Amino acid sequence: MDFSLSEEQQLLKDSVQRFVRDEYELESRRKLVASDIGYSEDNWAKMAELGWLALPLPEEYGGIGGGAVETMVLMEEFGRGLVVEPYMSSIVIGGGFLMAGGSKEQKTELLPKLAAGEMKLAFAYAERQSRFDLNDVECKAEKNGDGYSLSGHKGVVFHAATADKIIVSARTSGGSRDADGITLFLIDNNSAGLSRRDYPTVDGLRASELEMDGVAGTPLGEVGGGAALMEEVVGQAIAAICAEAVGCMDVLQETTNEYLKTRVQFGVPLSKFQVLQHRMVDMFMECEQARSMCYMVNLKIGDEDATERAKAVSAAKVQIGNSGRYVGQQSVQLHGGMGMTDELHVGHYFKRLTMIDTMFGNKDHHLKRYADL
Amino acid sequence: MDMQFRDEDLAFQAEVRQFIAENLPADLREKVRRGLHLDKEDFVFWQKKLNERGWFAPHWPVQLGGVEWSPTQHYLFQNEQVEGYCPPVIPFGVRMVAPVIFTFGSDEQKQRFLPDILDSTAWWCQGYSEPGSGSDLASLQTKAVRDGDDYIVNGTKTWTTLAQFADWIFCLVRTSGEGKPQEGISFLLIDMKSPGIEVTPIITIDGSHEVNSVFFTDVRVPAENLIGVENEGWTYAKFLLLFERSNSLTGGLKQQLHRLRTIADQECTNGAPLSSDPAFAAQLADYEVQLRTYEFLELRTLGNSNPGAEASYLKIIGTDLQQLASELTLRAVGYYGNPYIRDALVHGYNQPSVGPDYAAPAAPQYFNYRKTAIYAGSNEIQRNILSKAVLGM
Repeated sequence: MDFSLSEEQQLLKDSVQRFVRDEYELESRRKLVASDIGYSEDNWAKMAELGWLALPLPEEYGGIGGGAVETMVLMEEFGRGLVVEPYMSSIVIGGGFLMAGGSKEQKTELLPKLAAGEMKLAFAYAERQSRFDLNDVECKAEKNGDGYSLSGHKGVVFHAATADKIIVSARTSGGSRDADGITLFLIDNNSAGLSRRDYPTVDGLRASELEMDGVAGTPLGEVGGGAALMEEVVGQAIAAICAEAVGCMDVLQETTNEYLKTRVQFGVPLSKFQVLQHRMVDMFMECEQARSMCYMVNLKIGDEDATERAKAVSAAKVQIGNSGRYVGQQSVQLHGGMGMTDELHVGHYFKRLTMIDTMFGNKDHHLKRYADL
Repeated sequence: MDMQFRDEDLAFQAEVRQFIAENLPADLREKVRRGLHLDKEDFVFWQKKLNERGWFAPHWPVQLGGVEWSPTQHYLFQNEQVEGYCPPVIPFGVRMVAPVIFTFGSDEQKQRFLPDILDSTAWWCQGYSEPGSGSDLASLQTKAVRDGDDYIVNGTKTWTTLAQFADWIFCLVRTSGEGKPQEGISFLLIDMKSPGIEVTPIITIDGSHEVNSVFFTDVRVPAENLIGVENEGWTYAKFLLLFERSNSLTGGLKQQLHRLRTIADQECTNGAPLSSDPAFAAQLADYEVQLRTYEFLELRTLGNSNPGAEASYLKIIGTDLQQLASELTLRAVGYYGNPYIRDALVHGYNQPSVGPDYAAPAAPQYFNYRKTAIYAGSNEIQRNILSKAVLGM
């Protein structure tokens, strides 16, 4: 057993750290968040150049062939920088679906473009009634000659506005909450019959509502077999977002520790008060537990046993939810009024951690899923 | 021992309800109900309505415009307001500085300031915290130096709530560096239009502009605006803090629970309402039990003569519950906690909401409510007070 990074992984970490340090000052991020598209195309091109977009993609399709641990290393540093580029949507999830379910032709056509930064993807799955159940799908896909025609609503689709193609879950058969009968489709963002409402999110990202009325779609993966595909790829996405959360938590823990050592009240630094020392230690322990579960899930995500894999995913997501909540809330509390300001970076990490809990199912959802497994 | 409201209390409650029903316009009620941003005019409108009925300053002495209510009536009155979705009374004038003025101020000061507070022509804000003085309030550094008939004030106040609307600010200022820090503080009333005052907004993590920094550069303040005795300001400040911490929270907590339940009935999970999901239902029930506990804790303290310790634990427990309700609400709305359209939180936004309309304020309110455990003496400070004052540690 060895939890240390390989030389190559360490080099990757150093390189992402440098990027975050140079490009992700809070002020630079603020400008990106306020810009038209909500992130920087220059950064995206730089990520392509540095090989990060190719990182998890297979070598035969222009990728680097990295595994979950490489993605984890990268996502943790992205978490430290609160990076807003659509890496999760486009590479981890979009790339993940192409790798797991794409036909030879789809892979050959799309993966090299994805790796080169010439194409972006988004994933539309949530619906008004679905809450966190990936298999609660009411969007319909009907056979239409050689292809399919999609209709229905998808909500909170991250980075849909800037994606070239969107991966959509839709029902080709079965009842609205059946696991069987869901199919994933690739649709073009400029398709006839697709309307989008774009908006910012509370944590500085972008998302959209999609209305589809007879949108042409090409199946991605087996028709009717979307549920298994989603479970696999969303599992990988959860493993990756856990790493992002660990990066966020570490920054908060370090910053708050530093603040308590420098902020003087009653003639002494706040770090001299035992109640705050203990609070800080609790935050530190939450970070360590979160990191442990992040390693666990990223090492188990390739497990042969589907139940083992699913348990690892849900367990990690629960711990990340708990730790993120505690570390986020206490970082604001211990910074006092300053923690409440938009000016300080603490609140931005707190908000991101809060929304990471919601992503792909919150703590409540994964606790139940774990119990049911 | 009994826990019944008396008939006259219930009659009073009905009277308050009727007053609200007859006087609160539907659109204003709707703004409050939906948790949208309120304008200055909204607050002032309702305060004036209350004043017309003689109910704006019920805790003042009767001869100054107060009402002779029992503690139970005060309690019912406050909670009816909240449960009826009335705009909250802005406390800085009527509940905070006014008691200081009528308790420690001169007759001239009473005549000059109280009528404008009563009819809401003067909006007050509170100048206590400073960048270097938060929990350790007594270390404050804003200086007031006597110069003839004036004080000259220099320094910075921060977290000043709604200072952007204020006509006056009551300030704790340092008038002496001698002795303990508490011993050189004075209580000064300052006209916000005085030359040398600059107000700059502080945007909070929910994106709202509630608090401000107030900068004082050589601001001349007539010495007649000093309350009581120079260097005795700490006494008045502590007196006022009791009022700051002694607002009943039960009504607001019930309202939060009501909103949460409505949302949980409409949100769907696995084809059924979220409120029927056993795990979520258990969390709702747990919250409701805690709220009931808080309500009876508050009722037990009604009319007690020493509100100090009680104010501290009610503040801790009450703000914990405010935060918990906002957290459960955010959890209830699921993915629709994500969209952030600032204008959707302002009344009159004429586009359809993204997702259900109750979802938009959920995340901002959760973020904003982190303040409740920090302001008015952080909950850590309240615990210090309790361990010292009640437990004798």
